[in-house]
Amino acid sequence: MAGIPALWLAVFFLIPFLIVLKISFSEARLAIPPYAPLFTWLHGLPVPRIHLASYAYLFTNPLYLRSYLYSIMVAAVSTAICLLIGYPMAYAIARAGEAWRTFLLMLIVLPFWTSFLLRVYAWIGLLQNDGLINNVLLGMGLIHHPITLLQTDFSLYVGIVYSYLPFMILPLYANLEKHDPALLEAAADLGARPLTSFLRVTLPQSLPGIAAGSLLVFIPVVGEYVIPTLLGRTDQIMIGRMLSDEFFDNRDWPVASGVAILILLLLVVPIVLLQRLERKERFAGSES
Amino acid sequence: MKSKGVFSRTALVLGLVFLYVPILSMIVYSFNNSRLVTVWDAAHSPTLKWYGALFSDGEVLGAAWLSVRVAVCAATVATVLGTLAGTALARYGAFRGRSLLIGMTTAPIVMPEVISGLSLLLLFVALEQAIGWPRGMGALTITLAHISFCMAYVTVVIQSRLTGFDQSLEEAAQDLGARPAKVFWRITLPLILPAVLAGWLLAFTLSWDDLVISQFVAGPGSSTLPMVIFSKVRLGVSPDVNALATLMVAVVASGVVVATLWMRHRQRRRERDAQLAAAANL
Amino acid sequence: MNAQPSMPPDPAAAYVRLEAVSKRFGEFCAVDAVSLEIRRGEIFCLLGGSGSGKTTLLRMLAGFEPPSGGRIYIDGEDMSAVPPYERPVNMMFQSYALFPHMSVEKNVAFGLEQEQLRPGEIRRRMGEILAIVEMSPYAARKPHQLSGGQRQRVALARALAKRPKLLLLDEPLAALDRKLRERTQFELLNIQQRLGVTFIVVTHDQEEAMTLATRMGVMDRGRIVQVGTPAEIYESPVNRFVADFIGSVNLLEGEVVGLGADDLTIRCEPLGCTVRAERRLECSVGDTVWAAVRPEKILLAEGAPPGPAANCVRGKVREVAYMGNVSICLVEIDTGKVLRVTLSNRAGLAAHRDLKHAVVTLSWDAASPVVLTR
Repeated sequence: MAGIPALWLAVFFLIPFLIVLKISFSEARLAIPPYAPLFTWLHGLPVPRIHLASYAYLFTNPLYLRSYLYSIMVAAVSTAICLLIGYPMAYAIARAGEAWRTFLLMLIVLPFWTSFLLRVYAWIGLLQNDGLINNVLLGMGLIHHPITLLQTDFSLYVGIVYSYLPFMILPLYANLEKHDPALLEAAADLGARPLTSFLRVTLPQSLPGIAAGSLLVFIPVVGEYVIPTLLGRTDQIMIGRMLSDEFFDNRDWPVASGVAILILLLLVVPIVLLQRLERKERFAGSES
Repeated sequence: MKSKGVFSRTALVLGLVFLYVPILSMIVYSFNNSRLVTVWDAAHSPTLKWYGALFSDGEVLGAAWLSVRVAVCAATVATVLGTLAGTALARYGAFRGRSLLIGMTTAPIVMPEVISGLSLLLLFVALEQAIGWPRGMGALTITLAHISFCMAYVTVVIQSRLTGFDQSLEEAAQDLGARPAKVFWRITLPLILPAVLAGWLLAFTLSWDDLVISQFVAGPGSSTLPMVIFSKVRLGVSPDVNALATLMVAVVASGVVVATLWMRHRQRRRERDAQLAAAANL
Repeated sequence: MNAQPSMPPDPAAAYVRLEAVSKRFGEFCAVDAVSLEIRRGEIFCLLGGSGSGKTTLLRMLAGFEPPSGGRIYIDGEDMSAVPPYERPVNMMFQSYALFPHMSVEKNVAFGLEQEQLRPGEIRRRMGEILAIVEMSPYAARKPHQLSGGQRQRVALARALAKRPKLLLLDEPLAALDRKLRERTQFELLNIQQRLGVTFIVVTHDQEEAMTLATRMGVMDRGRIVQVGTPAEIYESPVNRFVADFIGSVNLLEGEVVGLGADDLTIRCEPLGCTVRAERRLECSVGDTVWAAVRPEKILLAEGAPPGPAANCVRGKVREVAYMGNVSICLVEIDTGKVLRVTLSNRAGLAAHRDLKHAVVTLSWDAASPVVLTR
């Protein structure tokens, strides 16, 4: 039963990664496809041709290093913002009554079912110089000239947080919902004020949820493409966009593959962490 | 306790406003006669002219039709494969390669799409070189790519549904003589059908909505709807896109409303039946 | 033991045989080298507390858990490699496990369909078994439209429809209330006798075991401690665990001081008197033994005894608990030891109402105690 999907995934998931790895080591060529084959035949024996030129280029080119670091920073900051906004929201839903809970969850998830692209696009209309927000602020007399909101770090973060908030809220909610209210009552009975109870009872218990939500946001955001392209800065681009440009515009497949490998190397640890977390959650859930 | 409640509830309301303002703004401006977002052309609005423009735009319609076909195919195949994988992971304890299967099925969910897209394109190119198939990029490669990443989501949905599932039903069926395949077909599957349908819908939405992966694996002749929208909006706001957004929201919202009402109706009927049975106590 | 078994032992009729069957979950041993023989047509009860391993043993018989060691034979056939869907065994689950998306009819017919019988035959057998459990009028209903008792009958019908050689029942009466339980107990007995199926019942309820079983096995921490008829187990427990587990008992610890031809004398410190008991086992002078005396075998008389005598003590009534049909008296002896006495309420509450704080004499005859060496 596991055979067919395993086979499919081996072909369409594992092997592609190996191919990306292979191509990152090859030399760019003006050919179709635009890279040199990995092995050449020398006296009847296959000899691997490994070009580290792509990696050399990536490591020495300051643009790449900056983009890489910028992407990590954006991902980290977005994760933090999502956490700060999402935690209270998840908390409120978890403490709401039965009927409210399903309704609220539905409200959170509903935007997810409408087009991601369109929702990001909607922010263009809101943030542009003659967009809704500027119009409102001008109309209220708070400003006298339109503020540049679009194509800034601000708009980038707004777009990312907007799109990834559900990914933070849902795991947090799943964790918070399982908390035993009796524990908080016990803490209060022992004299703890609400803030103390929260910091010493609720927060520690919700750490797995925080970890899961954070990883679910951080990992994909590192390689985000759509949001930075539509809403982000033009002078500093994220690594996902660099990969795409290198591939489509420069036709340099080896370098693009090299970028992919470097991103993967960064993300291997978070991905493994996430899978370990999920396995623990699953066992904990099935025991009770 | 109370102060914490007020804070989190305010955050919830503000958060929901944040989530819905962009959607609502698109809906409102889809009826605006003026192309500009700044001006609400009160004299000529609300108007359906952008909806008209949308439906006469051949490029958009063609792309929408392609997206629908790809999404239906990809969702169906992904659901079948994902259900098999999810069942195998939930039911069979340890088998060879289990950790690998878990890794392969959950990684696509978080993997940045540029990496998935790049790797799949390179695969197709290599395959074409090696065995001559697939011949060029197009609807087929898009579908294959979508199946691969949608399957991961379906697996997670099915697996979590089955872990909470009462195993004694499957054991009872085995006890009565049914082999494992028959148990799955006649007992497990009918009972997890809602989860399978949810998985299909999820896969459909993901495929329908996908941009990045499609961009990598699509050929010159085939553009999906997101690809068309993307090229339009890179140039700025486009009112017919607002119209499209409104239509999508309307479809999704009505679907959700219908589903919720139907589920509540079924729930109420079950409760009534259970009460009747308890009353006629034997 | 001198106890007479009610069924003559006949090894040839061993229908289910377990040979040193064990089950380990990692470090934990749930079932420890259990060997057991169950005869055709009998109702065998596995009685034990939670964690005693009885359910694990049942699941191994059904085929849902492979044994870590030992073998299971059903009607002479080794079941080691046989999966649950090929065993001539059917199980009635504690939660009933009725298929919620199928009607009563379809549930019962499911097992028959797996045997690939003709539709007419399936319908006939299904109708038959539904009639036996008296659920024919409810054939079209779905499980959530039935009450607990009704679901139980359907579960029973489904398990019996295939006419299995062996029926396993996992706590069959646990979910029913008292009145329903009593009725169902007798109905189960009825059906079993009618169909002649061998039953193996797992339960933690002694009353259930005593009512249903032709023979029972008491389990403790993965081991079978004693096998016998209910009477044998109650009247002749092999050790203190069994004596204490079934019903209530007074355990009097003492040292053997005299051995006669058919009785022995025990000096009992906690009682401050000697106990004379019928001799039914081997022991020597100086051994530490326990005399187990059941509460209903102790006679209670008001006033003090005429003089020191064996099997006779003086005490003061500490508590009287009125249970309706019996009263339970806790009597404290001078030494501090408390004995439990059951008095029948033939004359009603009035007879025992004034016993509290009264000085009484407790006595029992030499045939009552069961002497245990472990």
